[in-house]
Amino acid sequence: MIKTENLTKRFGRVEAVHEVNLDVREGDRYGLLGPNGSGKTTLVRMLLGLVYATSGSISVLGAQVPRHVGRVLPQIGAIIEEPGAYPHLSGRANLRLFDAAGSQGSRRTRRRRVDEALEEVGLAGIDRRPVRAYSLGMRQRLGLAAALVRRPRLLILDEPTNGLDPRGIKDMRDLLTRLNADGVTIFLSSHLLTEVSALCTRIGVLDSGRLVLQDQLAHLEQPTGRVLVATDDPERAVASLDGLVERRDGAELLVKSDDAAALNARLVEAGVPVRSLAAQRRTLEEIVLDVTGSGSDEFGVAGAEGSATTAAEVES
Amino acid sequence: MIAVELFKLVRRPRTWLTIGMICALPLLVAIFIAVTHIAPAPGSGSAFLSAVLNEGQLYPAAALALVLPVFLPVSVAVMAGDSIAGEASAGTLRYLLARPVGRTRLLVAKLVSVTVFTLISVIAVTVTAYATGVLILGPSRAAAVGFAPGTSGSIGTGAGGAPTAGLQSGASITSLSGAPLTFLELIERVLGAMAFITVSMLGVAAIALFLSTLTDSALGAALGALAVLVASEVLVTLGAASAVQPYLPTRYWLAWIDFFRQPIFWPDIQRGFAIQAVYVVVFLAAAWANFATKDVTR
Repeated sequence: MIKTENLTKRFGRVEAVHEVNLDVREGDRYGLLGPNGSGKTTLVRMLLGLVYATSGSISVLGAQVPRHVGRVLPQIGAIIEEPGAYPHLSGRANLRLFDAAGSQGSRRTRRRRVDEALEEVGLAGIDRRPVRAYSLGMRQRLGLAAALVRRPRLLILDEPTNGLDPRGIKDMRDLLTRLNADGVTIFLSSHLLTEVSALCTRIGVLDSGRLVLQDQLAHLEQPTGRVLVATDDPERAVASLDGLVERRDGAELLVKSDDAAALNARLVEAGVPVRSLAAQRRTLEEIVLDVTGSGSDEFGVAGAEGSATTAAEVES
Repeated sequence: MIAVELFKLVRRPRTWLTIGMICALPLLVAIFIAVTHIAPAPGSGSAFLSAVLNEGQLYPAAALALVLPVFLPVSVAVMAGDSIAGEASAGTLRYLLARPVGRTRLLVAKLVSVTVFTLISVIAVTVTAYATGVLILGPSRAAAVGFAPGTSGSIGTGAGGAPTAGLQSGASITSLSGAPLTFLELIERVLGAMAFITVSMLGVAAIALFLSTLTDSALGAALGALAVLVASEVLVTLGAASAVQPYLPTRYWLAWIDFFRQPIFWPDIQRGFAIQAVYVVVFLAAAWANFATKDVTR
C-alpha cells in the first residue's frame, strides 16, 4: 500500500528524513512511532504530496508520488497534525465543502456520505453549530469524519488522538479497528506508545529521521526465552534450578527457559511453592527505547500499560 | 473548485462587511455634501466631486474616484493576500490539497474568487452611488446629461451661478468638445470606468496573490502588496523617477477619468490596460511557479 525507497528530505541543511524504506502492507494497522521532531510529519506530508522529497521514491496504492498523487488521493483519507476547518461554517457545511473540493466526491451521494461520516465519529447530533464553537476533541472528530467522507481504502493519520480525552481515544481506536476489519488499511503516526500498542499490528520507529525498526508487533513482543517466577521459597527454587536463575530480586526470579509449563512442573516436583509464573515478554516501551538513542526521553511513556509479564499466568 | 471558492467567498461575513464599508464611504461623503451644499472647489478634492451637486447622476464616477486610492486596493490586497496564506495559517490548505485539489486549479479558483470580489465591490459602489446621487444629490437639471444635445453647457455651472466648470484638472465631461453626454453615453462611460478600475485592481490582486504563496501570513502578504502600491505612488510623483514611471502599477490608475471626456481620450486608458495586463501575467506566473513547487509545511 505504501512503499518508500531511500526517502530523504532536507530542509536547507537540516535532514528531516534520512533514507527511509517504509513498507505498509494491505490490511495493516501500521503505527509509526517517534518522538516529536523525529520526522514523522514530514514523512506523512511527503506521502500525501504536500512536501517534495529531496531524493528517493514513494509509491502509494501502486502510484508514484508526487507525480500521480492526484490519482490516489481520492482513495485516501488523511488527518495531518491538527484538524483544519472553516470556523464560521458548521461541521456539516465543512464536510460538504471539502467533499466538493477537488471534484472527485460524487454530488449525488454527498449528503448520505456526510451524514454517515458524522454518525460514525459521533458528531451526528451537534453538527449545526459553527466549528468555531467546537472543542478540540470535536474538531479532531470532525477531521476524522472529513477523512472518512470519501470511504477511503487507506487512512493516513498523523497524530490523530491529539486533543482527545480517554473516551475519545477509545472511540477512535474502536472505529479504526472496525474500519480495518472492513478492509481499510491504516497508517498512523504517534508519539504515544500506548496508543500504538493498543491498536497497531505493525510498527515502525523513526529516530532523528531514520527508520530504526520496522516489524510486526506480535513478532517483536515474542517471549524472550526467560520466565519470571514468584515464589515464597526462593532459596529452594534457586537450589533446584541449578544455574538457570539469571537474576534474583527478593521473591522474584528470572529463569532461563523456553517452556514455562515444563519449568512449572519441575518446580512443583521439587516442592517449591510457585505463586506466579509467566514467560517474559518485552514491552513496546522497552523495544522502542532499545532502538532509539538519546532524545527518546521525549516519548510519551507516561501511563504505558502492561507489565513485563503477560501470558501463562499460573497459580500455585 | 471555483464553485467551492465562490461559496466560501459569499458565505464569509468578512466579504460583505468589506463591501459594505467600501460603499459606506461615498454614502457618507454624499450625505455631507447634500446637507451642507458645500462641494469641493473645481480642480481640488477627489475627481468629479465638484460637479455632483448639480449632477447626481455623475455620483457613481465620483464615488469610484473616492474609493480608488485606498479603500478598494486595501480590500483587494487583503482578500488576495489571504487567499493562500490564510488557508495555510488556518490549517485548511493541506486538507484542500490532500483532497486532492490541484495546486494550479486552487490558484485559478482563488484568482476567480478575488476577481468576483472586486467586481461585486465595484458594482456595489456604482449602484449605491447612483442611487445616492439621484436621491440625495442635486436633481439633474438636464443641462449636460440627458437628451439635450447642443445646450450650452457645462454640467459644472454651480449652484449659486458661480462657475465650477471642470471636474479635475479641467477634465469636465464637456470640457474637451463642449458636447454633452447622453444618458446612454454616461452609462457606457461608467461601465468603461468600472472595467478599467477592476482590471487595475487585478494588478494589485496578482501581486498580493504572489506574496500570499510566499508566506503563511495573510497580513504580511496584504501589507506587502500595499507597500508596493505606496512605493509606486511615491515614485509616480517623483520627477527623478520619470524613467520608470510608465511601468509603475499605479501610473495609469486615474486614466479612467478619460472615459468622461468627449470624445473618449484613449491613449492613457490603453496604456493602463496594457500595464495591468503585464503585472497580472508576470505575478500570476510567479505565484504559480512558486506555489506549484512549494513544500506545504503548514
